[in-house]
Amino acid sequence: MTTSGLQDRYVLIENVNMTFQTKKGSFQALKDINLSIQEGEFISIIGHSGCGKSTVLNLIAGLLQPSEGYLFCAGREIAKPGPERAVVFQNHSLLPWLSCFDNVYLAVERVFADQESKSQLADRTHAALALVGLSHATEKRPTEISGGMKQRVGIARALAMEPKVLLLDEPFGALDALTRAELQDELMTIMARSGCTAVMVTHDVDEAVLLSDRIVMMTNGPAATIGEILPVDLPRPRNRLALVEDPAYTHLRSEVLKFLYERHAKKAA
Amino acid sequence: MNVVSLKQEKSAQAVNIASAQPVMAVVTPLSTTATSASAPKSAAWAATSRRVFEWGLPPVIGLMIFAAIWAVVAALTQGLPGPLSTWHAAVVLFSDPFYINNPNDMGIGWNILSSLKRVATGFGLAAIVGIPMGFIIGRYHFMSRMAAPIISLLKPVSPLAWLPIGLLVFKAADPAAIWVIFITAVWPMVINTAVGVSKVPQDYMNVAKVLNLSEWKVVTKILLPSVMPYLMTGVRLAMGAAWLVIVAAEMLTGGLGIGFWVWDEWNNLNVEHIIIAIFIVGIVGLLLEQCLVLLAKRYSYE
Repeated sequence: MTTSGLQDRYVLIENVNMTFQTKKGSFQALKDINLSIQEGEFISIIGHSGCGKSTVLNLIAGLLQPSEGYLFCAGREIAKPGPERAVVFQNHSLLPWLSCFDNVYLAVERVFADQESKSQLADRTHAALALVGLSHATEKRPTEISGGMKQRVGIARALAMEPKVLLLDEPFGALDALTRAELQDELMTIMARSGCTAVMVTHDVDEAVLLSDRIVMMTNGPAATIGEILPVDLPRPRNRLALVEDPAYTHLRSEVLKFLYERHAKKAA
Repeated sequence: MNVVSLKQEKSAQAVNIASAQPVMAVVTPLSTTATSASAPKSAAWAATSRRVFEWGLPPVIGLMIFAAIWAVVAALTQGLPGPLSTWHAAVVLFSDPFYINNPNDMGIGWNILSSLKRVATGFGLAAIVGIPMGFIIGRYHFMSRMAAPIISLLKPVSPLAWLPIGLLVFKAADPAAIWVIFITAVWPMVINTAVGVSKVPQDYMNVAKVLNLSEWKVVTKILLPSVMPYLMTGVRLAMGAAWLVIVAAEMLTGGLGIGFWVWDEWNNLNVEHIIIAIFIVGIVGLLLEQCLVLLAKRYSYE
């Protein structure tokens, strides 16, 4: 019983408030955030810019500590960042002085160096790069490859750590539409294979509907909170082209759009 | 020019097709290939001569104007040697740079080497102390707050003011001169390294946090490569300042070295040699700078 309970509440956010101390005084970014995420679930957090969706992700990552409330991952409180909650950063954050291989190897080494030999670690690294289709670019530096390829390396680095939870902070935001679609499809395939839990911050409605099991829609800040949670019951595997004609997809898409532009439209600044 | 000749070829072929005369078709391509073969050659020559004109000529003109002004001023000033007499003195001086008559009379080469040795020692010690110190100050806010008043107080002080302290502590001229170079070189290295460390992009530090990297890995894989450009700037500034200060320090401490050599030549009223020394200091400084630029390029990730 306890294990099934844990599966349902694999990532748990309880009564979280987040207040930042700035030079202009304190600023409440998040208020009363409550969310439980199942094991293996893909969650999108969507909202207007400045609504604190990245703050939620950074809290789960452990890069920030909540002012009030608690966060748990796999039954343990999140006290600091760790490789079991890998992050794919928006701007890829690859180290420019390391090759693609070395960037991924740095992560692999950190997680598995205790149990595995050097050649096993190298195999893991190659496997992770092969997973994102970059076997041909292992020795290239990040400055020598395209934006889409950099983000692939970022994903490979995160996945190579075999995280319990994959955190994606607007992972495809900086990419052109075609590359973005390509990487979304690949991410879907990879996630289906790994069965890893994922939380993705996005501002792209189509991306949210296509990839997620549930879409967490946030109200506008300050003191942003979770407005509604939309379950996405489209069967998997999902096909981008087939979905375009699917009325269920269109309905879900319009639900998100209505939330964002009718009920919680961002006031003109 | 190549593009132009290609276009000519194309238009020539177009004419051939239009005229549709087999004889012409054979003749015209031949003539175009002949012109296009000679055109790039003259074009390349024109490009080379233009580059020489744009890059080589201005410095030469600048130096000539400098020499001309110098000659005029020298002609009007009694006792100031002009470019020609300085050149003749330099030829004599550099014909035997490594002679040793006695410890107080050695060739110009020995003097330069002796100054370089002092700079290298002082500079090396400053790097050993300054770079790790910069890392610590940049990495830990507490240390940075702690060091801030000391650095801001001591940084504006002329390094030569430390010479008496050096003489007092080391009881010898040579270590005192090295001590002055150390003080000169240490501030730029500490400050630039610390600034570099504090400017490491937060993204990279977040990566380090998410991966839970050990402090050693953070330093070697993230901080050091990221700080390298700043560090090399610090090293270059330090080297420049050290080479500036060594002349003054040696004038005060005496012994073997380019600074004291200048002072010695002033006492001998050998003004040609003083001017030569100015050029030597300039050229050696330039060479040191260029070496460090090369080094910076070698170790920069960009």
